[in-house]
Amino acid sequence: MTVATLGDREIHVDEEGFLTDPTEWDEALAAVLASNIGLELSPAHWRAIEFARADHTATGETPTLRRMATEGGISTKEMFALFPKKPAKKMSYVAGLPKPVGCV
Amino acid sequence: MKRLVILGAGTAGTTIANMLTRRLPADWEIEMVDPSWTHLYQPGLLFVPFGLAEPSSLVKPIESHLPRGVTLTRGQVDRVEPDAKRIVLEDGSIIGYDQLVIATGTSPRPDMTPGLTEFGWRDTVHEFYTLAGATALRDALARFEGGRLVVHIAEMPIKCPVAPLEFSFLADDHFKKRNMRELVDIVYVTPLSGAFTKPIAAAKLGGMLESRGIALEPDFMIESVEEGALVSYDERRIPYDLLVTVPVNMGAAFVGRSGLGDELDHVRVDQHTFLAVGQDAVFAIGDAAALPTSKAGSTAHFSVEVFVENFVEHISGRPMSHSFDGHANCFVESGDGKALLIDFNYDTEPLPGVYPVPGFGPLRLMRETRLNHWAKLAFETVYWRALLRGRPLPVPNAMSMAGKVQPSREEIKV
Repeated sequence: MTVATLGDREIHVDEEGFLTDPTEWDEALAAVLASNIGLELSPAHWRAIEFARADHTATGETPTLRRMATEGGISTKEMFALFPKKPAKKMSYVAGLPKPVGCV
Repeated sequence: MKRLVILGAGTAGTTIANMLTRRLPADWEIEMVDPSWTHLYQPGLLFVPFGLAEPSSLVKPIESHLPRGVTLTRGQVDRVEPDAKRIVLEDGSIIGYDQLVIATGTSPRPDMTPGLTEFGWRDTVHEFYTLAGATALRDALARFEGGRLVVHIAEMPIKCPVAPLEFSFLADDHFKKRNMRELVDIVYVTPLSGAFTKPIAAAKLGGMLESRGIALEPDFMIESVEEGALVSYDERRIPYDLLVTVPVNMGAAFVGRSGLGDELDHVRVDQHTFLAVGQDAVFAIGDAAALPTSKAGSTAHFSVEVFVENFVEHISGRPMSHSFDGHANCFVESGDGKALLIDFNYDTEPLPGVYPVPGFGPLRLMRETRLNHWAKLAFETVYWRALLRGRPLPVPNAMSMAGKVQPSREEIKV
């Protein structure tokens, strides 16, 4: 774990730059994280981010793409449009959540 | 009498019945529910397509591995009603329970991917996680005269997550032995960002694909199958002449209907005790449970040992004092009569070293050896004679760091 300086403050991140403490996240930070990966956040992005954060609070886990679709009502096609190429990874990064486990 | 009902007579359910028969107080009885007549040795399915295992040799009657005194009811579960502590079967009959174990596994669901079963299913489009599928694939491989073989994973999690890699290695070996390797392009298509999940194993297994000339197509989330091609959400198109897919894996549909499941109908459980979330009398073990570790027979085996100790405490009103660490290990067939072995848990990724005895082995972790291959084959006998019957195996239950070495990333490349 390392400490990174983003904008004007310090946050804790893992080796890939994902926040390790979701409570350090806020909306201003999301915009900075998004611009790091070339995204500008639209209302549709915010809908995805807000569902993911609420779901993470409820279940303790970052939602998978399937869960975003079935529980969050955001189709996988839309997720690919919002967060191109690697939607699950990019959304978690911007939302300040760990990468979805998915797979072991 | 008090009643424990076990749904599913697969690896986890059968082992639990055998172990708990010897451990439960005299006023407890065990009833099992399963729709099937036969128990399938699932690790053997991988060998069927290559003619290395006879399909009929992989199945045995369910009853022959259950202990005396256990009742087996044949039926499909419609739903569990946890508040009423009862199970409703599809034929309307009702079974009450004091404690319930859900061990109904996870199953391939080709119907979840649009188009997958529409073009040449079981002809040019195959899966090998069922006896019928593995047998049809054997015939297709025998007919195959060359072209593009695509090995594909639809979505994680899948049971036995190393199986599609093993299939690719064995296919490479199979075509070499038939002197037609140069006529076949093998492509490995995965939703993961690499060959496997954890970094060190992903590097090792990715190197093994590369050294065999197997192309890797990562981050591929399938949207649909067209005639002769896979199409991803980001509009990549991968043509195939022969497709071997691992479909979406889902738990039993009754799990969702009973309000106990996640979005894939795997039961939400405490990952250390297997108690279903919000329940006091419902457990889920093996592939049926939503756990952040591999869905594999080894995980089921290690889970059951923890579960049985906890269950005895739980029904006597004591707190459950044993905790599952996510331990899994898998033999990975690599072709040419060799295999490697990986051993890991929730917190520790697969590492090189020796297993199970530190400093000795005799099995080598993360390295291809003939002995690992022979151990994988010998495991079939161990499975039927000892594991299912709940007899002790000569390996430790919790994962151990003794015998393992933490390498640098560069060292692991083949």
